[in-house]
Amino acid sequence: MGRYVVRRLLQMIPVFIGATLLIFLMVNVMGDPIAGLCGDRSCDPATAAQLKKEFGLDKPVWQQYLTYMGNVFTGDFGTAFNGQPVTELMASAFPVTIRLTIVAILFEIVIGITLGVVTGLRRGRPVDTGVLLATLVVISVPTFVTGLILQLLLGVEWGWIKPSVSTDATFGELIVPGLVLASVSLAYVTRLTRTSIAENKRSDYVRTAVAKGLPRRRVITRHLLRNSLIPVVTFIGTDIGALMGGAIVTERIFNIHGVGFQLYQGILRQNTQTVVGFVTVLVLVFLVANLLVDLLYAVLDPRIRYA
Amino acid sequence: MRGATHAKWAAAAAAVALAATACGGGDSGGGDTSAVLSSSWGDPQNPLEPANTNEVQGGKVLDMLFRSLKRYDPESGKAEDMLAEKIDTTDSQNFTITVKDGWTFSNGEKVTAKSFVDAWNYGASLKNNQKNAYFFSYIDGYDETHPEDGSAQSADTLSGLKVVDDQTFTVKLNQKFSTFPDTLGYVAYAPLPQSFFTDHAGWLKKPIGNGPYTIDSYAKGSQMSLKKWDGYPGEDKAQNGGVTLKVYTDNNTAYTDLLAGNLDLVDDVPAAQLKNVKNDLGDRYLNTPAGIIQTLAFPYYDKNWSKAGAEKVRTGLSRAIDRKQITETIFQNTRTPATDWTSPVLGEEGGFKEGLCGDACDYDPAAAKQLIEEGGGLPGGQVKITYNADTGSHKQWVDAVCNSINNALGNDKACVGNPVGTFADFRNQIGDKKMSGPFRAGWQMDYPLIQNFLQPLYYTNASSNDGKWSNEDFDQLVDEANAETDTAKAVETFQKAEEVVRDNMAAIPLWYQNGSAGYAERLSNVKLNPFSVPVYNEIKVG
Repeated sequence: MGRYVVRRLLQMIPVFIGATLLIFLMVNVMGDPIAGLCGDRSCDPATAAQLKKEFGLDKPVWQQYLTYMGNVFTGDFGTAFNGQPVTELMASAFPVTIRLTIVAILFEIVIGITLGVVTGLRRGRPVDTGVLLATLVVISVPTFVTGLILQLLLGVEWGWIKPSVSTDATFGELIVPGLVLASVSLAYVTRLTRTSIAENKRSDYVRTAVAKGLPRRRVITRHLLRNSLIPVVTFIGTDIGALMGGAIVTERIFNIHGVGFQLYQGILRQNTQTVVGFVTVLVLVFLVANLLVDLLYAVLDPRIRYA
Repeated sequence: MRGATHAKWAAAAAAVALAATACGGGDSGGGDTSAVLSSSWGDPQNPLEPANTNEVQGGKVLDMLFRSLKRYDPESGKAEDMLAEKIDTTDSQNFTITVKDGWTFSNGEKVTAKSFVDAWNYGASLKNNQKNAYFFSYIDGYDETHPEDGSAQSADTLSGLKVVDDQTFTVKLNQKFSTFPDTLGYVAYAPLPQSFFTDHAGWLKKPIGNGPYTIDSYAKGSQMSLKKWDGYPGEDKAQNGGVTLKVYTDNNTAYTDLLAGNLDLVDDVPAAQLKNVKNDLGDRYLNTPAGIIQTLAFPYYDKNWSKAGAEKVRTGLSRAIDRKQITETIFQNTRTPATDWTSPVLGEEGGFKEGLCGDACDYDPAAAKQLIEEGGGLPGGQVKITYNADTGSHKQWVDAVCNSINNALGNDKACVGNPVGTFADFRNQIGDKKMSGPFRAGWQMDYPLIQNFLQPLYYTNASSNDGKWSNEDFDQLVDEANAETDTAKAVETFQKAEEVVRDNMAAIPLWYQNGSAGYAERLSNVKLNPFSVPVYNEIKVG
């Protein structure tokens, strides 16, 4: 187990370097970001040159990358164009997005798995068909449509919520945006759980458990569900990173100032420092989440061992 | 319009609820001077320093925080004395400026001649990276503090600025510029307190100025609360208790918040909502002219556009654009077809001349076709209009303009749009002289002067002459106008220069842009100034 973890951690290093390098190059090929800083007029050449020097944009890209990575390891993610250190932007953005992600993941786990178990056990019955149809609708409607409709109905027409989230972005305010963000994944979780449960329902160990005379509740939670959760946990694990990075649409609709907002702003302003900094952290989140998922397998299914 | 009535009802209910809580003890007649209103905002692109702020969002805050020597009247746009006691000159080149006594910054420090001179020196100095540094380029000694070629600066201060005594300083310009005093209302010329220089980082966290508002708290990227400064010595005191500026990433959300009663003022009604806005808000929707003109510029570094006869092609293109139809259908009348190269906010006295463009801006497909043929046809048989696709719904109108040109010429390939992903990349390609055909050029005035609509855009090698147009007659007329001490005559000469622009069709004027805003029922006396920014200090709540 220990060796497995170490090996996985070592594998992260090339992935991390490759991912950041790719992002760095992608932002760089978009051209000179200073050009967009002066509005509908060109910056005077002297000031532009000075700004380039300050942001290190006058050096070749490989050198910029090396300097950048060097700084990252000391915890310095550079400065955004508005003069704020990127770490400060992160400190304000990540907690908000993490809260939003937690709300979304909770929805996925609670609603998604419950519905999955219910439908998996009652395959072909009206409940099953109904939920399947509902998930199909949720999957086929784009997030921004769901978001805007909920915002309009709950926020403006019925006045149950405020259409936008305040600066504090408390858990309570994030329930509706979290549901919107989770909606598509939630449908997938339901379907994954349903298939997995339906498949394992007929497996030997379930039959054994039933034959032993274990109560139905115990059979389902301890034996059936635990083994059926492996594909679901894999999905939810990778979804953590996807939700954090992909919250751009939801955050825009509900005016949440999280990671999506900063990334969007950074891309529009072609701000290498912001974009690369945030993506770097997101890459780390992805990698760690994946590792945790892999380690969880052994907990769920004792047959899985790590050498 | 079921949705609209519901929205209205919700907004009204919310407004009542808000009024009930906020205006508990306030008198209802003149508005509650202690009530705070909330307004939409965008994240400023640059640090909030007067000489470093060149976009509307940052400018909005600085306009609340600072008062300068002059101020542009929110209605007429005329430059009027604010902190300036008097500005004297005999030759349009040397100015003696007297600062009014009795003004202080909100931290108690006196506003003196030195506050201005220090601020201007800071703005001009290359080492401070101020993006509005070019505003000081008319002042003597600018080349030493801000060498154009980026070589080491030989001076930290402008030799043209001298402090005479506490309230007086002199300015020597490097050329005659009769309307120079009228430019001094621009935010780049604001005075700065000593703490700006001694504790710069601290100042940036919470800027201190001398205007009607002070900053209560500032959470960068999300919200700024400004409160009324009770000790403000000016006439234009805040009529409300303060303003909370909330950053919105999407103006649609801001608009939704306004309808739900969660926000009091939106100063940018999203294009998608223009159809409903009258039903939703009634007369609480403002749509007033602003000092912004949209044009199509041409790359004169490209032989195709600078050769003899090309002016006929350009004029032909201008005549092929149905401005009226596009402003009505795409912009819902938030744009007005342009008939000159300035803006209606200047007023006739200030140099706006309706119809100066004449026939050249009239839609006439037959004449357009003929002119383009006479001029040798479209270069390469096709024009590509380059624009940035990331903001401002530029795609819609570029497509419409192309449609109009294609219809006029009876050729559905005569004009196509050429989108560029981001604004930065668009500016990049312009800077690298990569344009092969007409491109989008928007101009928002810095100050309401006809000079500002012509010189930076069309003078040889001027700061925003992106097409690199050059014409001796035009340059000469501008020089003459700047040297003219009589304002009326100066304006007249500028208009002559504008006629040169017309005769060559240096850029195709498209339309004047309006500012738009919507507000909640509990607000009154809301208006937009010529820069399309709400006049916050005059807004009454309750």
